[in-house]
This record gives sequence, structure tokens and C-alpha cells, in this order.
Amino acid sequence: MIVNNPNRRGFLKTTGLVAATLPFTQVKLAWAGAHPDINIAYISDSHIQQIKGAKFVRNWDRGLIRAVAETNLLDPQPDFVVFGGDLAQLGKKSELDHGAEMMSKLRAPVKYVMGEHDFYLDMGRYWEKLFGPQWYSWDHKGVHFVVLNSILTYDEWVNKWPSDVERMNQMAGLDNPNGSPFMVGEAQRKWLEKDLSKVSKDTPVVVFSHSPLQKIFKNWNFWTEDAEQLQKMLGRFSNVNVIYGHVHQIQYNRIGNINFHSVMATAWPWPYPESYAQAESHLPVLTVPMNRADPFHERDATGWQLIDVHTGRPTLKYNLYNNENRIVGPNDKGVPEDRTYAKRTTPPQKHY
Amino acid sequence: MIRKSLILALVLAFGALFAVQASGDTFTEKDVERWMEQYKKVAQEGRALWTSPELGTNGVACAQCHPNGANTHPETYPKFQKQLGKVVPIREMINWCIQNPLEGEPLKLDDPKMTAIEAYLNWERRGVKLEPGKH
Repeated sequence: MIVNNPNRRGFLKTTGLVAATLPFTQVKLAWAGAHPDINIAYISDSHIQQIKGAKFVRNWDRGLIRAVAETNLLDPQPDFVVFGGDLAQLGKKSELDHGAEMMSKLRAPVKYVMGEHDFYLDMGRYWEKLFGPQWYSWDHKGVHFVVLNSILTYDEWVNKWPSDVERMNQMAGLDNPNGSPFMVGEAQRKWLEKDLSKVSKDTPVVVFSHSPLQKIFKNWNFWTEDAEQLQKMLGRFSNVNVIYGHVHQIQYNRIGNINFHSVMATAWPWPYPESYAQAESHLPVLTVPMNRADPFHERDATGWQLIDVHTGRPTLKYNLYNNENRIVGPNDKGVPEDRTYAKRTTPPQKHY
Repeated sequence: MIRKSLILALVLAFGALFAVQASGDTFTEKDVERWMEQYKKVAQEGRALWTSPELGTNGVACAQCHPNGANTHPETYPKFQKQLGKVVPIREMINWCIQNPLEGEPLKLDDPKMTAIEAYLNWERRGVKLEPGKH
């Protein structure tokens, strides 16, 4: 397997160091190997928030503007860019329009994933108008890619609010006890089953969702209600991977054959679930947490990702605006690992 | 010996006096409940402030970055904040956040809103041991 190629490993290490000091144009992305190059830029969770009229929260704008600018400096350009959901904060047309306008500067084609902050004002209608269907799939250079809308929930909850604005506000509060768990739902699972039935067992599959398709922490919806059913459907593939947003922090995991990776937000970081003392949580044991965010630096613990999928198993390079960059990718057994970070001399800061 | 007896007599006399007259040092379960209710009411006001945009000017709420007040560590304050260059109570960090991510005006340190916020943060950390100065 190409991951064992020592040159490649050396290159990954070097890019990690070099990228911090050199302009992106000098970081060449081409890999040598038996598989075709597939590079994806992944931008997520920008939470564009309108104050009023043409005024938007400057801090969140800056995070997205920077991700777009840096992605545009990649040479060669990535095969495509994924936006991982939560472009808007409260699903307003003004917020989606402002976000879409910033995203329109990207040179590479963009695939969009639905987040709950984009959805619960008008149940995704305006988002669909701007970006297209909420779930879809395509094949690219031998890899089967799937986008799911994983932030649906029970109809009963959707219909219980007096207004659309109230429903959106209730879902927007991460720690709101009146919220409701995310799910992919039966209709979409049926679609997925049919979609995957045409794909051979040894084709690499990469799924993009907003919420983790695993159960980590229910209180903050680091959670997908029908995760087990989805894992069962995906588990029959020998090389299958899920990349998700929503959590605003680095997480990675392996369940059966499935590799899981989270991406960072461009807007702000979230604490790891274990830092909430009143509820049980299950951060994957594989994950080496990132350092605690420092509120005195506006862009601390935010950033975007460059993802190499050329073997089907993604390697994520986290381009963190204000922190040491991290690279999480498959080890010799294909299990996600961050070799450099795990071996570093200063341990990650304790989360409490 | 005589002196000791005298002191003992005095103590007993005072004890008897207070037992009859004063009850300032006794309280009932009902009192405790009432005081707890008062505390919870203030903590709830704190939770409402924490999740509302009213503290700032840009619509951002504290809970956006700190769900359930997580990662605020009230049990470690006052402590040294390297960015402020001195040991500060958590109220000064709360004001820093109001002024920066929330783009608002700082609260007075004895503002009832400030008390409410602190009461809420402590509630979310109930049961966690005090760790003064911890980073």
C-alpha cells in the first residue's frame, strides 16, 4: 500500500512544517504512486451571522474569508471543495446569501452539505435553491462520494413550534435541552441503500455528513440517532470513511471498517464534551485532543482542511490559523492516527 | 482551678441566655429550601443571560462558544491570566468576553447580571473540586 512508502511519509511531515512558513503556492500537492491524486479542500461551520441590514459578525466573516483565500492559493487546485454545513447561523436568506457570495470566490467546484443552522428556519428550502439537493452521490477517480443530510429530526419536534423563527432558535442552541437529536431518517436511508447497491465492495467510499454518524455526546448533538443503522449499511465496504463537521474540534475514530474524521470550524471552537462535568460523553479513545483554545486569539482553534483521498482512506491536514498544524491519516493498519502530534514533547493541554 | 470554673460558669450562663432569647444560629429545612430557591432563581437569570444576545451588540451569545458554560473553569479563579498579566477574578474574564467576541460594554463587577452569570457558571460546575489557580 502506498501509505507505507517512506518518501510519502517524509513528504507529509515536511508539508506540515513548511506550510506554516511558505506561501501555499509552493506546497505542491501531487503524490507519486499507483493511485490517482484526489485532493479535497474542506471548509466548514462558518456560522455567518447577521447583526442587521448589511452588518454581519466580523469575527465569523473573517474565518471564512481566510479559508477561501488560502484555498484559492493551492496550486494545483483541489479536485473539489466541500463545505461541511452551517454556512449560516440562523438560516436567514441574508446569511446564506452573504456566505454564498464569499464562497463564490473559490476557484474549484464546491459540494455543499446541509447543517442544522442552514435548515431549521425554512426546512432547507432557500439552501436548496442556492446549492441544490440535500443528499446526492457521485464517482470521482474510482472513489464513490456521498453527501447526506444528517441533521433531520422527528416530525413531532419540527411541528411543535409556534413559528419558523422559534424552531430555528431552539435548534441553534447547542446545549438547549429543548432541542432534538439529529438523524438521517428512513427516506434517506432507503435512498442510500439503493445508491450503495450499485457500488462494488472494494470501491473506496467517502461519506460527507454534518453530524458525526456515531454517538459521542447527546447533549450537544455530537450524535446521529440512526448511527448504528448507517454504520451497518456502510460496514460492508472494505474501505469506507465518514467526514463530518458540527463538532468544531478534531476527532477521529474507527468503528469496524469505517474511519471517522471531523473537521474544524472557521468560526469558533467548541470544548471537548468531557469538559462538561454533568453528563456522560464518549470521545473516541483514538482521538488525541487538540490544545484548549485561547480566547485572547480570535482565530485560535479554527481553520480548514486539505484532504488527500488518493488511497480512498483520507489523510486530513488541518490548516489551523493560530495553532500548530496537524495531520491525521491512516497508519499501517489503515486506522486514523496522528503520529507527529502523539510523539511531540509537550503533551496536549488537559481538558477539564 | 478557680479561674477555669469561673469561665465554665460564664459559658453556661451565656448558653442558657441565648437558648431562651435568640435563634440567630438556627434555621430550618424550610429556610434552606428558600435560600436555595433564591440561588437557583439567580442562576437561572444567569443562564438566560448566557444564552441571549443582550450582553453584547453583535447578536453573539456566551453559550455560542461555551455550551453549558463549559471551558470557563469558575473553580480555578481568581487566577493568573497571562494575557491580562495578573491574577483576576472570573468576572474580569467575563467582561473581557463581553467586550471582545460580544463587542459589548463591560458590566460593573457588582452588577446583579454579573452575579447571575457567576451563579450560573458555578451551577454547571457543581461537584467539581476547587482548584485555585489551575491552568
